[in-house]
Amino acid sequence: MLITNIEMIPGRKIVRHHGLVSGSTVRAKHVGRDIMAGLKNIFGGELKGYTELLSESRKEALNRMREQAKQMGANAIVNVRFSTSSVAAGAAELYVYGTAVTVQ
Amino acid sequence: MDFIIFLTLLLLGYGFGTWAESRHYKSIEKREIQYQKLPTIALKHPLPQKGKVVKVKLASGNVVISVDYFKRFLAALRNIFGGRVSAYETLVDRARREATLRMKESCPGATQIINVRLETASISKNSKKGSVGSIEVFAYGTAITYR
Repeated sequence: MLITNIEMIPGRKIVRHHGLVSGSTVRAKHVGRDIMAGLKNIFGGELKGYTELLSESRKEALNRMREQAKQMGANAIVNVRFSTSSVAAGAAELYVYGTAVTVQ
Repeated sequence: MDFIIFLTLLLLGYGFGTWAESRHYKSIEKREIQYQKLPTIALKHPLPQKGKVVKVKLASGNVVISVDYFKRFLAALRNIFGGRVSAYETLVDRARREATLRMKESCPGATQIINVRLETASISKNSKKGSVGSIEVFAYGTAITYR
């Protein structure tokens, strides 16, 4: 599955559009990571636990979008956008959407 | 007693925070030189390039960085007098540059990265206060490899 965030796939021709596909996850951080983050709030620096958590969640959202596109019979997704919103305190929603297409 | 704890935290924050920041900047500058030759642009169309496209991939990188206790104190003071909050300026600058670097590192061998977008979200334990405790920067773009 080819994924890009531009309107085309360079070097390929889009032959069919299938419509919008999307994937989302809502994740909360767990207590252990919260405690570590609390310590890091004093010293400053990167919060590795959160970085990993968020990148894993994005991967999950991407995978869900990929599954949806596969079911539609597409072999590529173009114009992908990411968005993050906090649903409740301590939880974040990661949403990814794009257009499923068939390329040659 | 409370005052002693506060002072200790302030000193710890200042010491470790300054040390971590200078170390981070050194590492960012070193890696930026390494990736200087890779065109990273916000345009939607690829730069003119000879050769055939062999690989197209979504490249992404993210980082969550927290500000230290001393800087948070400085920023709280700034809230009273107003003006530039340089303590937070370096924080977001570091986060953006680090995220962009990680995006570049995620696609070894790429010729160019186009349509780069940066997204910033603030993450804090009690969002009621609206304090910028730590921020997340997510950078993504399309990596194209020519041959």
